[in-house]
Amino acid sequence: MGRFAPILPELMLSLGGTILMMVAAFTGRRGSTITNWLAVALLLGAAAALVGAPSHAGAVFDGLIAADLFASFGKAIIFPAAAVAIIAAHGWFEREREHGAEYAVLIVFSAVGMSVMVSATSLISLYVGLELQSLAAYVLASYRRTDERSAEAGLKYFVLGALASGILLYGISLLYGFTGTMNFTGLAAAFGRGAPSLGLLFGLVFVLAGLAFKASVVPFHMWTPDVYEGAPTPVTAFFASAPKVAAVLLATRLCIEGLGPATDAWRQIVIFAALASIFLGAVGAFGQTNIKRLLAYSSINNVGFALIGLAAAGPQGASSVLFYMAVYIVMTLGAFLCVLWMRNEQGEPVESIASLSGLAQTRPAFAAAIAVFMFSLAGIPPLFGFWPKLLVFNAAVNAGYIALAVAGILGTVVGAYYYLKIVKVMYMDEPVEPYARLREPVQGLLILLAATAVSPLGYLFAGPLAAMSDKAAGSLF
Amino acid sequence: MTGLPLLSILIAIPLVAGVLCLFVRAEAARWIALLATLIDFALSVYLWTLFDPGGPQWQFVERFPLGGGINWALGIDGIALVLIVLTTFLMPICIGASWRAIGTRVSEYMAYFLLMQALIIGSFAAQDLFLFYVFFEGGLIPMYFIIGIWGGAERIKASYKFFLYTLFGSVLMLIAMIYMAATAQTTSIPDLMAHDFAKGAQTFLFLAFLASFAVKLPMWPVHTWLPDAHVQAPTAGSVILAGVLLKLGGYGFIRFSLPMFPDGAAQFVPLMFVLSGIAAIYTSLVALVQTDMKKLIAYSSVAHMGFVTFGLFAMNRQGIEGAMMVMLGHGLVSGALFLCVGVVYDRLHTREIAAYGGLSDNMPGYALLFMVFTMASIGLPGTSNFVGEFLSVVGTYRASTWAAVAATFSTILAAAYMLWLYWRICFGRARTPEAAVMRDLSAREWWLLAPIAAGVFWMGIYPETFMKPFRADVGRVLERMERVAPAGDSHLRAGQPKPAVIVGEEHPPEGGH
Repeated sequence: MGRFAPILPELMLSLGGTILMMVAAFTGRRGSTITNWLAVALLLGAAAALVGAPSHAGAVFDGLIAADLFASFGKAIIFPAAAVAIIAAHGWFEREREHGAEYAVLIVFSAVGMSVMVSATSLISLYVGLELQSLAAYVLASYRRTDERSAEAGLKYFVLGALASGILLYGISLLYGFTGTMNFTGLAAAFGRGAPSLGLLFGLVFVLAGLAFKASVVPFHMWTPDVYEGAPTPVTAFFASAPKVAAVLLATRLCIEGLGPATDAWRQIVIFAALASIFLGAVGAFGQTNIKRLLAYSSINNVGFALIGLAAAGPQGASSVLFYMAVYIVMTLGAFLCVLWMRNEQGEPVESIASLSGLAQTRPAFAAAIAVFMFSLAGIPPLFGFWPKLLVFNAAVNAGYIALAVAGILGTVVGAYYYLKIVKVMYMDEPVEPYARLREPVQGLLILLAATAVSPLGYLFAGPLAAMSDKAAGSLF
Repeated sequence: MTGLPLLSILIAIPLVAGVLCLFVRAEAARWIALLATLIDFALSVYLWTLFDPGGPQWQFVERFPLGGGINWALGIDGIALVLIVLTTFLMPICIGASWRAIGTRVSEYMAYFLLMQALIIGSFAAQDLFLFYVFFEGGLIPMYFIIGIWGGAERIKASYKFFLYTLFGSVLMLIAMIYMAATAQTTSIPDLMAHDFAKGAQTFLFLAFLASFAVKLPMWPVHTWLPDAHVQAPTAGSVILAGVLLKLGGYGFIRFSLPMFPDGAAQFVPLMFVLSGIAAIYTSLVALVQTDMKKLIAYSSVAHMGFVTFGLFAMNRQGIEGAMMVMLGHGLVSGALFLCVGVVYDRLHTREIAAYGGLSDNMPGYALLFMVFTMASIGLPGTSNFVGEFLSVVGTYRASTWAAVAATFSTILAAAYMLWLYWRICFGRARTPEAAVMRDLSAREWWLLAPIAAGVFWMGIYPETFMKPFRADVGRVLERMERVAPAGDSHLRAGQPKPAVIVGEEHPPEGGH
């Protein structure tokens, strides 16, 4: 058993997920509520199980995965985010009597995949984790199979995702072919032997391209707005949070541990991707009228900022990426929970930004929560969303990339425009038909918690969070 | 000093009151806001009495590191002190000015105002670089709401312009701050003020900070957001914008640009003089042709801020003290002028100058106070602005004659546009029948304007009260600047009087004819 202690969370989730699937199959629709809550408990239990061996065992299974603090930091934000995605679905699917319990089970399996992603220290475990996560995600995107938009989103996601997987695999095969190893340490050693060969460079580019697709980084972002818009909102909330964190963390570990000696080779790619994401994410959001599409661009924009931290490399850069993603996930989940609450009087979901008009007068607290998330996503002080942005720019400046920091920060000004637009619609326009009031105390509590965390009160927790992300980033070096 | 964290309390009172406002009805919110701002004012006056001008540079220092590079570090010197008192003095007046003028969403409105007060005081009191930035930028959010929700017809455009313009200016400063923190290995403002940055870096740091403060102050040519914001903002919003928010720009120059990057600043003195000169003359001319009262006063603000930058970049004692006094005086006078516009706007709902006239007949009290503030704005001796403008021009003259000429010329233009404005509004005959029947100032309006008038005279007749707290601190800034201060082109020396000649004994000097 001691051999398996470092992967206790993954074991819990895999076995628990399988059992839950059985529970779901035999209880049918009646059991969906209990399955959901069991899944939430399972995810939180897995998060609790991170203490101890899963955080300190180091390389296990012949270097296939690493049970270190970096992985644990990722899992500690991924598991709760997945749990929130399950809670977010409560009351969403029942309306159309299509809510089987598979939703929660799929999220649990996806969480296993993400868990493997953030611990992967070998190209093969990287690929397995990524695919496990993605397969669950394809199904989730088309979860409302009777809805054309949802089916379209699933198909689009699947086809483009398969293409990206192909690119990634091709890159992996090149790397393996030219180095003879799948292991990150082996890769680092191979890249360390002088200037990388053309084959290695190609492999590196293809692998990064594949990962960029998963993290929806420009220029591989095209699927994001469509899938985010089409997928059921709880699923979108999930896509925008946990898998994104997993993909960014995976890229961080690969770049720093596996491709560390080739930093100059991948840094230019990351810098381009970061700036392109920031500006395209900001400009693309301008004309949007659908809030989910807008948040899709916002997520592209935000991942761009995290990549600035990665471009800085070094412990400080890695730490800023972790910090950024931890705050990002709270803001995003909070924003999407608010989108979930946008229902008209008949209880049908509304997604147009225009429907938010005058919300500050009809539902002041709700509007205030959205405003907090928007200002925070825009990175306007005194909201806490400002601090992670400051940290990534700090890392970039300390690494000597002042021009990159300047370009990135000008991107925040461009991006601020559309976040302001939402606030303007809510606060400065005349009220329209008010939303229905939902009875979802748990979701309400989560929104409140998230809004508090990204409000200026968040600075109180910045110290411990920074200490943790520093430690976690330290385990990569 | 007392053991109480007075500065934190000063920030906390409006914050708590602001949150409280959100949960009560309109009338209660008004009273809570008034009470909170009055308590804050009383507290800041108490702070002033405790402040020891001859004592250490930084007083009432508080420092609580929160970890992760975040420090709750507060402390003030005399410069910050007088600006804080200006803020707390104007705030109750703003609340009073909004008492009836704001009829919708009053609780929210009061909450934003109180939040803004907390953030402004925070910016003046912050001793940590990033804490300053958080407060400085945070002020955008409540102002955005105030302009956008309660503003005039073009409010949305004005609020966007205000927000994005100032944000754009500030983000470059943030990068500069990150660089400073990395090079100097500290984020403490007092430490940074003593740190000597490399000369090459100072150029860029100065430019980055200039981007922010020039927009905030505002300096020509990045002033264009100001007239829009002013015209659209509700009266109290304009008062706080002109009275206090603009002063953040000047404060930034004194606190950061001059003492931290003296070499950088010295390089740009000619540029700053040119920009200030254009601001002083060009915007005065623009003010002259305005038909909208608020716009006229907004442009006059830009022109007056020219005096601030003239004085600051003269880099001598008179200049910097003059700049401080212009900021204080302008805070009072422009605030009062916007209130004066608000008074007639509340009655007639137009800001067009052409709609008024002859108000001295039916509104003698109003005409009297308006006259006081008009004269103060021109810089009549005995009023607040005279002291500041005079010192600022004296300081400028020591640095550059031509700059002083431009500054003086602007005073003449100020007299032109202000007197003409006053003439068109108060003298002659009413141009519209509605204007002829407007009632004179109500008791509430007297309460708003009279204290400012008292302040204007106090500052004009006995400025020492206000200059004493920051005299030593200006000296400390000057110590940092001494090396680089411009030499000046006016080589003053005592005249050589001709030897006295007794009448009748004059001879042509050359003999031999």
